[in-house]
Amino acid sequence: MAKSIDVSDLNIYYGDFLAVEDVTIPIAAKSVTAFIGPSGCGKSTFLRSLNRMHEVIRGARVEGKVLIDGQDLYGADMDPVNVRRMIGMVFQRPNPFPTMSIYDNVLAGQKLNSKRMKKSESDDIVERSLRSAGLWAEVKDRLDRPGSGLSGGQQQRLCIARAISVEPEILLMDEPCSALDPISTSVIEDLIHELKSQYTIVIVTHNMQQAARVSDETAFFNLSGVGKPGRLIEVGRTETIFSNPTDPATEAYIQGRFG
Amino acid sequence: MTTTLSPQTPGSGPLDVQQELYGAQLPSWGSKAVVGLALVVGAALYLTGTNLVLAALAVWVVSLGLPVWSVVVEGRRKATDRLVTVLVTSAFALAMFPLVSILYTVISKGTKVLSAEFFTYSMRNVVGEGGGIYQALVGTLLITGAAAVISIPIGIFAAIYLVEYADGNRLSRWIRFLVDVMTGIPSIVAGLFAYALFVVFFGEGVRMGIGGSVALSVLMIPVLVRSTEEMLKLVPNELREASYALGVPKWRTVAKVVLPTALAGIVTGITLAIARVIGETAPLLIIAGATDSVNFNLFDGRMATLPVFAYQSIRSPGIPPEFSIDRAWGAALTLLLIVMLLNLIARLVSYFFSPKGER
Repeated sequence: MAKSIDVSDLNIYYGDFLAVEDVTIPIAAKSVTAFIGPSGCGKSTFLRSLNRMHEVIRGARVEGKVLIDGQDLYGADMDPVNVRRMIGMVFQRPNPFPTMSIYDNVLAGQKLNSKRMKKSESDDIVERSLRSAGLWAEVKDRLDRPGSGLSGGQQQRLCIARAISVEPEILLMDEPCSALDPISTSVIEDLIHELKSQYTIVIVTHNMQQAARVSDETAFFNLSGVGKPGRLIEVGRTETIFSNPTDPATEAYIQGRFG
Repeated sequence: MTTTLSPQTPGSGPLDVQQELYGAQLPSWGSKAVVGLALVVGAALYLTGTNLVLAALAVWVVSLGLPVWSVVVEGRRKATDRLVTVLVTSAFALAMFPLVSILYTVISKGTKVLSAEFFTYSMRNVVGEGGGIYQALVGTLLITGAAAVISIPIGIFAAIYLVEYADGNRLSRWIRFLVDVMTGIPSIVAGLFAYALFVVFFGEGVRMGIGGSVALSVLMIPVLVRSTEEMLKLVPNELREASYALGVPKWRTVAKVVLPTALAGIVTGITLAIARVIGETAPLLIIAGATDSVNFNLFDGRMATLPVFAYQSIRSPGIPPEFSIDRAWGAALTLLLIVMLLNLIARLVSYFFSPKGER
């Protein structure tokens, strides 16, 4: 399990607009990589291009190569649906399915694809996913209640449980804590530490401390001006980026002297 | 030149504040008293022989005393507030008037013929008293039901295409435009269209229940497309993305995430569309015709319907006319009850199917 990602010379377009330019970054298996950078610099766009989610937006396309364990993600014979089964995603805003119970939300990946399972098997998956997401103790007595009745932090952990219940190889997280309070955030950060042993995790965050706390590698994105494409400025071990960055822009951003 | 300042006597501070923050106010029973008085005046005038319109006007004029009283006691700002409140409330009362009046007329004239016989007997071989609307009830339910069966799939699938698949392309803009045009189609045109269509296959003078269903679906489909489209647009995009991110193909996302989330609204739209066409008279008059006998076969011969039945009963009541006219009111009341029942069902459905936790 857990695959590595190898991105080389990736350009991402929305129609004719070049949004992200020339990204080359290796992401090791079973590591946590944090993307930091100012708003609009293409972090999320780049993250979404890693499981072909950006294709949902009309006119979006990429040039360049993304290799998942050596397989070309954008190869002609790659099915985006299968890609997304392999590479899970957690979004900025918690988005449990409002028509489903907590139990069904966790199993959404299986249920929506009409996968047949024995009751005992699905019970196992629900318990295992909720335990890994650190939510089991809080919801085990009300699994049949609607998922939208949970608090924001619980909903986000429910969404993480939903993403890992399909056992992806890679987990992408797009600012998963930006709508959460510090306590829920620390729960999710602990969770990321635990999930690291099984999954390759890529996380976009605006919170520098969070990047420093959870990640092994940090990548800094920036854009040179309005309407210009975002670029990867530098990537390296998190300690190195935070203590001794090579690029002055990185240092300025990390220290809060930006703009 | 000297500037004279009003001397600040100690102790006047709190008094000033009091004057600014507390103003004179009408007593709390003030507005109720004025409206009560207005109603009493109106009732008195009506009972002493003034006609209803003048009495209502008097009620309104006396109500306007409230802002006048207010401007004297409270000042302009609150008086304006009260004036607007009176105006808005009287506009509401005016809007309610036709509705209440229709309900009152239909119920008071329709209830006296309602009986088991009225609902279970047809008009076959009935002259004068007796008989019932069984044939029209069956016809209305069958024709409207068939219209729903035809238009619900077409309407919902068209809306799904517009929202989920069209992506704002040229075809979708044309469909949307044509649907908007179709929404305003006069029902008689829909009836003539259905008649012309069936004449092609069955020859001049064709009368068939299913033709009525086709005419009604022409009227229903645009309403359905529009309401379903609005409901689908309300489904947050995050839910679609969440589904895609789990590796769910698009069609399953639409069928299992988008449609269930919007289900309550879609069902309400369907019910309202049915309620909209169930009382159509003109197209059914052309293509379904009228008959006194019960006809269960949509594909063979004339079929009676409630609106057409009411129309026929009023137009040619026979001698003596009062029984026939009573039956017309009875049919109108039945139609009203069906529409109310449909609205009730729509409420229940949207209560039970709306996404849990958001009630």
